[in-house]
Order: sequence, then structure tokens, then C-alpha cells
Amino acid sequence: MKIVVLVKVVPDTYGDRKLNLETGLADREASEAVVDEIGERALELALSYADANEGTEVVLLTLAPEGATATIRKGLAMGAGSAIHVSDQGLRGADLGLTAGTLAAAIRRLEFDLVITGNISTDGSGGMIPAMLAELLDVPHATGLSSVEISDGVVSGSRPVESGVQQVSANLPAVISITEALPSGRFPNFKGIMAAKKKPLEVLTLSDLGIIADDPEAASSIMLTVTEKPPRAAGVKIIDEGDAGEKLADFLVENRLA
Amino acid sequence: MTEFPRDAILVVVEVQGSGGLEQAAAGLLGAAAAVGTPVALVLTPPGAGSAAAAEAAVLGAARVLIVETTDPSVLGVPSVDALFAAVERVRPDAILISHSLDGRDLAGRYAARSRAAVCADAVGVARDEEGVVAHHSVYGGAYNVTSASTFGAPVITVRQGSIEARATAQPEESETLAVTPSEKPAARIDSFEEEVGASSRPELRGAAKVVAGGRGFGSQEQFALVGQLADTLGAAVGASRAAVDAGYVPQSHQVGQTGVSVSSQLYVALGISGAIQHRAGMQTSKMIVAVNKDSDAPIFEIADFGVVGDLFKVVPQLISALQARKKQ
Ligand SMILES: Cc1cc2nc3c(=O)[nH]c(=O)nc-3n(C[C@H](O)[C@H](O)[C@H](O)COP(=O)(O)OP(=O)(O)OC[C@H]3O[C@@H](n4cnc5c(N)ncnc54)[C@H](O)[C@@H]3O)c2cc1C
Ligand SMILES: Cc1cc2nc3c(=O)[nH]c(=O)nc-3n(C[C@H](O)[C@H](O)[C@H](O)COP(=O)(O)OP(=O)(O)OC[C@H]3O[C@@H](n4cnc5c(N)ncnc54)[C@H](O)[C@@H]3O)c2cc1C
Repeated sequence: MKIVVLVKVVPDTYGDRKLNLETGLADREASEAVVDEIGERALELALSYADANEGTEVVLLTLAPEGATATIRKGLAMGAGSAIHVSDQGLRGADLGLTAGTLAAAIRRLEFDLVITGNISTDGSGGMIPAMLAELLDVPHATGLSSVEISDGVVSGSRPVESGVQQVSANLPAVISITEALPSGRFPNFKGIMAAKKKPLEVLTLSDLGIIADDPEAASSIMLTVTEKPPRAAGVKIIDEGDAGEKLADFLVENRLA
Repeated sequence: MTEFPRDAILVVVEVQGSGGLEQAAAGLLGAAAAVGTPVALVLTPPGAGSAAAAEAAVLGAARVLIVETTDPSVLGVPSVDALFAAVERVRPDAILISHSLDGRDLAGRYAARSRAAVCADAVGVARDEEGVVAHHSVYGGAYNVTSASTFGAPVITVRQGSIEARATAQPEESETLAVTPSEKPAARIDSFEEEVGASSRPELRGAAKVVAGGRGFGSQEQFALVGQLADTLGAAVGASRAAVDAGYVPQSHQVGQTGVSVSSQLYVALGISGAIQHRAGMQTSKMIVAVNKDSDAPIFEIADFGVVGDLFKVVPQLISALQARKKQ
């Protein structure tokens, strides 16, 4: 079984995330780049399957700027067998369509059984890459899974939707995406960190994949304007002296909120 | 067959479970009506088409295309095929879909198939000389962004509960749309457990008032206090991720970066520290109230009215004070 895990490198949500007001692009200097937490959960799912099933190959795939190598090494240290890093100037500010097209081209080169992604990233928040990949790779998608079972030839799981919970299954090869209900990623140990240095890390460009960044046939999404909202200021803060509940009630009534 | 309006905005609405149209339908049609003529594509289980079409017209659809799935156990792909056929027929200026899980799957697969541009997680739409433009609130509401497609109709996914505008009801004009199946491989829905007994409380997404609780409650039993205050205020119940992880409340109540984003008139945060990822989902609310026993809790940095105190004392007093004032 070959499992491809997609991890996105994002600005740390604990930091001060900024957009460049001129270019509209994420300001990569402003905050530290980390593997999106949901990507670590996706990797954990693959690794725990690999732990229990000998002969499982776990390949990490990311499309990210050049500097992301250290972050990818972390995924290798956690236990992925190899990594593919797609990096190209032409991918700066790539939209969903170009991102999905490029990732699909990289996946197509592998004989994959299962692609695991996060349900939604913490920066772009598109939550569409998994479905787009399924369409481009001509395989089923089973998205937003809060539990997953992988067996020979079939992947299945629970899929919470607005009105209830579905039990879904798909024949492999397939693309699945997971929610944060799944376990968080393991910590790399010393052995893993040392081993990671010897694991294969392939760096690919757009031309390696036969992708044109500004294909005239494809419409792309463009940012027209970006404005920063002024930060919120703190209001009044009182210390409870036994009557704070009463005071809060007064405040809500005065503001017609109760 | 009559022509479709030139400024058509195609709105995809699905019937879910045994109920009517998805909750987002009113907002999607409301948004569409502000920038063009709303045309609804209603996707329903077998036999539910005409009721859904009538409902869409009441919500403002000038025209309705009905597609009843032949096999409701096939996940996603039939909806993509239906949307493909509807776009061919209507030639809209934009396509609006809910930013729900099913909506994102549909938008993503359709955009990949047709090579259309996607404007993701929009909180509003507008029109300029060149076409339909989407408004986004990104990085937890810290930035406002507008986006558009380089050419062709953009596929815009709209954040649930973000649109207040409602369209006026239209006389129903509906037709059944013929769809050629793509036969693409798809996952199967083997079973479905519907969430029944929906509570009388308002839906969290789009709620005017939210009372949210965090780890400070300490147990599922004590978390019930959140519901009591919510009911006194007519508010929806929200929670921090720590409260969800501790099992006090289901994940659908999580507010924040990886939960629901709200922009309510009133947001009451109880026993929530105000981690940056929680703030990302609520800091655009108009009025923020916080109760926390730690006077250095970051939630106070954004609270309009903060109470440093024990929530188990403050909240019960607040509830009875509000109830007393109601009786006056
Ligand atoms: C603030 C902001 C707003 C944006 N708005 C739009 C928009 O409206 N329209 C648009 O077309 N583009 C938009 N983009 C660009 C878009 O985010 C990128 O194309 C991105 O690489 C993929 O989309 P996502 O982050 O939304 O992915 P999602 O679909 O949310 O990601 C789901 C999963 O797919 C996988 N994945 C996603 N990206 C990568 C990657 N680069 N490498 C490896 N795995 C990956 C991960 O497993 C991830 O968990 C925006 C970007 C930002 C920063
Ligand atoms: C990628 C990522 C995504 C995340 N997404 C989200 C998200 O969507 N939503 C979210 O909420 N978090 C999210 N988090 C988690 C976030 O970082 C915090 O861990 C979480 O918000 C903490 O929840 P809390 O405030 O309830 O708990 P804590 O931080 O433990 O705070 C509990 C608070 O209760 C107060 N308290 C305790 N007892 C009392 C009492 N008797 N009276 C009054 N006050 C009391 C304490 O002073 C404390 O401030 C995310 C984290 C990551 C890394």
C-alpha cells in the first residue's frame, strides 16, 4: 500500500499572521512557517496504519516555497519514508486551481493507493483541494472524515454533515480528507530525527511536472483589494465584588442586548 | 424553453436528510438577488423536487432547475454532473454555493473539471464593471479582501450564516434539468444517521447572540450553565476547542480557527482564555463580553465588558438578574 500524505506549510496560527497590503500575498517574514496541525494529523493516520501493516509506504507531499525544507524534515522525522517538495517561483500566490493541478501532477507520478489530506487549511481556508484532486486524478473522494478505517482495497469512515452523520466508503485508489477529531501527530524522537537526514527528499519544479503557471485556458482567482482592519480595543474591565452579575445585566439591558 | 436572464446568478441548494432546503439557501439567494437574477439549481433525493422548487421560489429564485438524484447513495459526483449541465444551460455570471463540506466538494470538483476560478469562503458578493466580486474576511477577521476571476463566471463559496440580505419571493417557474452522468468513480454513502430533535436554540452559524463556554466549566454537567444563559438571552451555544476536546459539547459548537466563525451582535465568552485561534472565530462580533477569573486572560484585550470573577458566581447572578428585569 502506498499512501501519499499532503501537508501544507502555513504561518503559525500562534503568531501574528500578516498579508502584504501591496501584493496581497502572505507575508512570510511576519510569522514562523510550520506544518499545518491538520497535516500532522493526516500523517499520524498514515503512520499508525504503517505501524500495523508492514510494507506500507508513506510519502509526504508539499507545495511550498524553497525555505520549507526544514519543516518537511520534521515530517520525515515523524516517520514518513520519503518526501516530495514542489517549489517554483511560478507558484507564488498560486490559487486553488493551480495548486490542485500541480499537486495532482506530482501524485500522478506515483502509483498511489490512498491520498490523505486535511479537511481545511488554517491560512487559505478553501477546503477544496481534496475534492479537486479527486476530480483531476479520476478517483472517489471521501472528505471530512472524523474516523477512518483503511483495509485492503477500501477506505471507510464517518462523515459528519449539517444534518447528521454519514458512513461512507470508497474503493482504492481514493482521496480522503480528515477532521481534527483524529489524533494529533506524534513527536519525532531522536532516532527519527537522525534517520530523517538520510531519507529521500525530491524537489520538483513546474517544468518537471509539465505544468504551466499561467495557462490561458484556465481562469484564475485574483485578489483585487486588501485592507487591514484596525485591531480591537479593550473596553471596561471590572472585578467582581459580589455584584458583577447585576452590573453585567445592566450593561446588556442598556445596550439592548437582553 | 425560455431564455435565462443575462445577469443570472446560479445558486446551488441541496435538500438534506428528510428536511427541506439546506439552511444556507435563504442567504445564498439573498446574496444573488443583490447582484443579478437568482436562478436556483435544486438537488434533491427522488420525489422531493417540486416541494424544494416551491421553497426556492419563496426564498427568491426567479427560475428553478430541478435535479432529483437517481441514486442518493453516490457521494458528490452526481451533484457535479448536475452543476455542469446547469451552467451549460444558464450561462450565469457567477455560481454561488455554500461553504459547507458538501458545498466545498461540489465547488472544488466542478472548478477542477471546468477550469473555473474559485473565490473561497466569501462573506459577501458585489458587482463591478467587470463582473461579480467576492468579499472575504481572512486571518480571523484581521483583513478584508476582495477577489474575482480573471475571466468567466467565478465559483463562489459563501460562509454559512454570513449573509443577512434576503430576496423577495418570486412566482415559481421551474423545470427539470436533464443531466448526462459522467460515470466518474465515487464514494458510497452506506448509511446515514440523521440528527433529530433539533434544539429550539438558534443555530450557531449566523446567530445574533452567542454564549460560549470554555475549559473553565470543568465538566459536562457544569457546562449546562452555558445553555441556561443562552436560553435567557435567546442566544446560540458556542464553545472553545478545549471544551469540545473535553467532551462538554459536540464539535459543531466549536468557535474559532478550525470551528465556526461568527460575527454576532453579542458574544459572551465564559471561562475561555481567548487563545488567538479562538479569537479568530469571534473577534468581528459587535459586542464582546467576557467572564474569567484570571485578570490577565487575553480575552480581556478584546472584550467591551470584562468581568474578572468566578463564573459559577457571576453567571447564576446574571441569569436571575436578567429574569427579574424581564418580569418588570
Ligand atoms: C488568506 C488567503 C486566501 C485565499 N483565498 C483564495 C481564494 O479565494 N481562491 C483561490 O483560488 N485561492 C485562494 N488562496 C490560495 C490557496 O490558499 C492556495 O492555493 C492553497 O495552496 C490551497 O488552498 P487552501 O489552503 O485553501 O487548501 P485547503 O483545500 O483548505 O487544504 C486542505 C488540505 O489540502 C492539502 N493542501 C492544501 N494546500 C497544499 C499545499 N500547498 N501543499 C500540500 N498540501 C496542500 C493539505 O492536506 C490541506 O490540509 C488564498 C490564500 C490565502 C493565504
Ligand atoms: C491549529 C489550531 C487550531 C485551533 N482552533 C481552535 C478553535 O477553532 N477554537 C478554539 O477555541 N481553540 C482552537 N485552538 C486551541 C487554542 O489554542 C486553545 O487551546 C483553546 O482555545 C483553549 O480553550 P479554553 O480557552 O477553553 O481553555 P483554556 O485556555 O484552558 O482557558 C480556560 C480559562 O478558563 C478560566 N477559568 C477557569 N475556571 C474559571 C472559573 N471558575 N471562573 C472563570 N474563569 C475560569 C481560566 O482562567 C482560563 O482563562 C486551536 C489550536 C491550534 C493549534
